[in-house]
Amino acid sequence: MTATLEKPPVTEAPVKEPRDWRGPALFALVAVIGLVVMPLVLEPFRLGLLAKYLTYAIVALGIGLAWGQGGMLTLGQGVFFGLGGYAMGMHLKLNDAGDGLPDFMVWSGVETLPALWEPFRNPVFAIAMVVVVPGAVAWLLGTLVFRQRVRGAYFAILTQALAAAMVILLVGQQGLTGGTNGLTNFFEFFGQDVAADSTQRGLYFTVAIVLGVLFLGAWQLQRSRFGRLLLAVRDGEDRVRFLGYNPATVKTITFTLSAVMAGIAGALFVPVVGIISPALLGVVPSLELVVAVAVGGRFALAGAVLGAVLMGYAKTYFSEELPDAWLYLQGALFILVIGLAPKGIIGFFRRKDVTA
Amino acid sequence: MTALLEVRDVSVVFDGFRALDGVDFTVDHGELRFLIGPNGAGKTTLIDIITGLTRPTTGTVSFDGSVINGKREHQRVRLGIGRTFQTSVVFEELTVLENLDLAASFRRPLVSLLARRKGVTEKVAEALETTGLGELAKKKAGVLSHGQRQWLEIGMLIAQGPRLLLLDEPVAGMSADERARTGDLLTEIAKDHTVIVIEHDMDFLRRYASTVTVLHEGKLLIEGSVDEVRADPRVQEVYLGRAREEAAHDVVS
Repeated sequence: MTATLEKPPVTEAPVKEPRDWRGPALFALVAVIGLVVMPLVLEPFRLGLLAKYLTYAIVALGIGLAWGQGGMLTLGQGVFFGLGGYAMGMHLKLNDAGDGLPDFMVWSGVETLPALWEPFRNPVFAIAMVVVVPGAVAWLLGTLVFRQRVRGAYFAILTQALAAAMVILLVGQQGLTGGTNGLTNFFEFFGQDVAADSTQRGLYFTVAIVLGVLFLGAWQLQRSRFGRLLLAVRDGEDRVRFLGYNPATVKTITFTLSAVMAGIAGALFVPVVGIISPALLGVVPSLELVVAVAVGGRFALAGAVLGAVLMGYAKTYFSEELPDAWLYLQGALFILVIGLAPKGIIGFFRRKDVTA
Repeated sequence: MTALLEVRDVSVVFDGFRALDGVDFTVDHGELRFLIGPNGAGKTTLIDIITGLTRPTTGTVSFDGSVINGKREHQRVRLGIGRTFQTSVVFEELTVLENLDLAASFRRPLVSLLARRKGVTEKVAEALETTGLGELAKKKAGVLSHGQRQWLEIGMLIAQGPRLLLLDEPVAGMSADERARTGDLLTEIAKDHTVIVIEHDMDFLRRYASTVTVLHEGKLLIEGSVDEVRADPRVQEVYLGRAREEAAHDVVS
């Protein structure tokens, strides 16, 4: 070798790299705005809307992880959102019904409580299912398809088909699921009046804190060796295989995490908005969230969250002001972002070393 | 002592086309073996068979005394078979250091990957030094030149501590300068590794090769020292499909 080079430090704790405080500082700033400023300045109705957007942001965070970091374009996150939402909804319905049957079952002519519903009386079981069911479904799907090297558009179509199938299943099982109407008319949330301002305020804080914790977890994951490996799988799955890793495992784990996030989001959505129905988790809502992540910037977790909140606001604003224009505007925004700024809004703010 | 790698009577048929036809191929511990042959001779297919990218239609592949036909790619890497590709694939979004670290971490339990990388491990430092990429450690691999990428790939292999390295045309597309450096790197690695190199470049071959295996139309043509192979009339005849005199000139000069 002709080149002279300095031997890099071999120790496990080398010369301290200057720590970049901009990220943590920004996070703290957003946390203060979210937990202090917003609850002070927003009237209850608007705070409730923000809580709703934040539940979407939790789903978006999962999409950012699976798609932005892992390259798995998942068009069916609504499925996991719905599984989490229905688990929570079933518990609330049973709690409201007391010894009787949930109202929609009575209307559908169901006379005894279906066995599937019975365990959801237990709040611990219901909350566990919010995490376990979406996680298990994603894990099973991931194990089956990633091992067979299903990826790219095929994976995207598969997840979308899953969302469509889920809607058909829910609508078809009227007596079990409430059909098209879904589960709604909740009165009580863990002993509180679900419609009361104080409950909704508490729910807002819960959603915001859950989002913050999940964000930090995802951020940590992204910076770990696993996160590097995930990027490597996104950019060269076959090469990763020849490094001795099984990409299917890496993808399955990540996809499962993103599904669990969507499940948690769905469960929080139910008391915040007061309904879970097939229309909220089918193909269109799933796609809208992917669009939001693309608009915000899919390569950064913060971009995914930002996109979900902004698109949520935009949807509400334009639906109030120009109800007919929203769909066109959403489409136009998507095209604009993909065409002019493939890294999304966040791409404009990111430092050079990240995009280089 | 059994050979490190034994390929026995391997045939590969793609849609009726015989890419490999009853090939026997043995490599001993510590060997530096060159694999040559005209385009379409089946060199890369043979490497693919060894690494598990392609399944043989018939025949067996044994590594260190046990048959590995049923093993998947990543399992073979874990046994100690590492390879590079003709077109180098490094992870452009990761830094040189991260690329090497990822390669070196493949035996860590998955849970331990959840921790962040702290510092530079010994294996990675060694790989940085051997490949001379120390100064570029913090640069994203996407900005590397073609030559540097190949070295990074070789460095990633070394960092994994493989028992057998398969290099597919490591000097293709390199400048004369880069070739010389790659040659030095290869000599360095061959000191304590078993290496198989596919190479077209005659000049390179003459300078660095010891034992050469020649493939032609999916069959093993001849195996021997560089001089033996060069002197063989069949090699001269088939090499690049040219006329004997011309080919002889090309090989010998």
